[in-house]
Amino acid sequence: MNLEIAHLHLPLTAFALEVNARLGAHITGVFGASGSGKTSLLEVIAGLRRPAAGRIVLDGAVLSDAASGVFLAAEQRHIGYVPQDDALFPHLNVRQNLCYSHTIDQPGPPPQITYAHVVEVLDIADLTERRVASLSGGERQRVAFGRAVLASPRLLLLDEPLDGLDAELKQRVIPYLHTMRDEFGIPMVYVSHNADEIVALCDDVLLLERGCCVRRGTCADLFAVSQAPHYILKPD
Amino acid sequence: MSFEVWQVAWFTTWVAAIGTLLILPPGIALGWLLARKHWPGKTLVETLVTLPLVMPPVATGLMLLKLFGRRGLLGRWCESVFGVEIVFTWRAVVIATAVMSFPLLVRTARLALEGVNPRYEQVARTLGAGPWRVFWTITLPLAARGLVAGAVLAFARALGEFGATIMVAGFIPGRTATLSLSIYHLVQLSRDNEAWGLLAISVALAFGALWLSEILLRKRPSL
Repeated sequence: MNLEIAHLHLPLTAFALEVNARLGAHITGVFGASGSGKTSLLEVIAGLRRPAAGRIVLDGAVLSDAASGVFLAAEQRHIGYVPQDDALFPHLNVRQNLCYSHTIDQPGPPPQITYAHVVEVLDIADLTERRVASLSGGERQRVAFGRAVLASPRLLLLDEPLDGLDAELKQRVIPYLHTMRDEFGIPMVYVSHNADEIVALCDDVLLLERGCCVRRGTCADLFAVSQAPHYILKPD
Repeated sequence: MSFEVWQVAWFTTWVAAIGTLLILPPGIALGWLLARKHWPGKTLVETLVTLPLVMPPVATGLMLLKLFGRRGLLGRWCESVFGVEIVFTWRAVVIATAVMSFPLLVRTARLALEGVNPRYEQVARTLGAGPWRVFWTITLPLAARGLVAGAVLAFARALGEFGATIMVAGFIPGRTATLSLSIYHLVQLSRDNEAWGLLAISVALAFGALWLSEILLRKRPSL
């Protein structure tokens, strides 16, 4: 995967999102405090927000280019997005949520990722006929991952997906993300304000502060153990 | 009760239903535009649509009469294109009830659509669904209960329409006589006993409509 974000500019309420980066890692982390523009960055990549300036290119395909007026709609980008609040469709059951993208006639190659495989990898086979409202937090997240993966995205954007879960549950869900990476090979951008999650999952990390990428490096470059097994950001 | 009474009750229900069905697509579309989009002139359109709700119904009726009359802009157009007359026919009753119910429908539709979390729509788009598909499979089902409630409210309002109807359709027994027009007419003629019968039907119809909306609202779609 090669995601090029060139001279991106998006005015937000208090500051502007200004990012200039080339992402190529299997799982890229975007780390920063709440309100540092992480979610806005994901929304821009997903095509849910139109940047004022800049260019975004994924594997050679231009997704948006303000200079030439190109802006590919979200439904044409093949980029998966799991928001913080999982946003499972409440009027559909688990199976219908998982298969939502399959009900759409999409041109292009057939999905390489099968329903049976995804359900097995994420351990949600027993949930498929359940109502969404009856799921626990960890189950909801796994279903949300599965739904995004089943659309065969070229890139998966995860916005603080473990935020609502307690520490123990987080430890149980993180291995599923590892399996997802290994089984499906979909590159991911993982957004979080939690250093432990970033260290557990990411190969390359961008540190976002007030909309700007202030530091970048591997987890070893940016984070240090505070009280094992917890990590903190190293001083600049 | 006589045949006429049932004929009036049936006619009233029928025109109210046609009027409501007629405004359902534009009402939901406008409600969606007001709930989800920003566009120039939005406040003006919103005010214009709400106008029949606060204006004297008779004044709205007069405007419709001028508009759909034989020499009116839309009246002439309807006559030349479809060859049909509007004023003082059942069509005028449908138009009067539709116009008077429209603001209620738009307002409830807007509220219902605003209540749908845009996150669901955004996620559906990242899953490959275009705007129409998102509307039909996500927005509409999630707003359905509020939309049905709005439609029933509009229908109930249409059942009792008086002021605009009397202006644009007049009281012609067997042609434009609705329940409320007939009640007024009978009381004028001191035929109160017959008016009571119509009153009972009016109450039953309104009660039934609201009861239905309550049941529909309580029965959640299979979540």
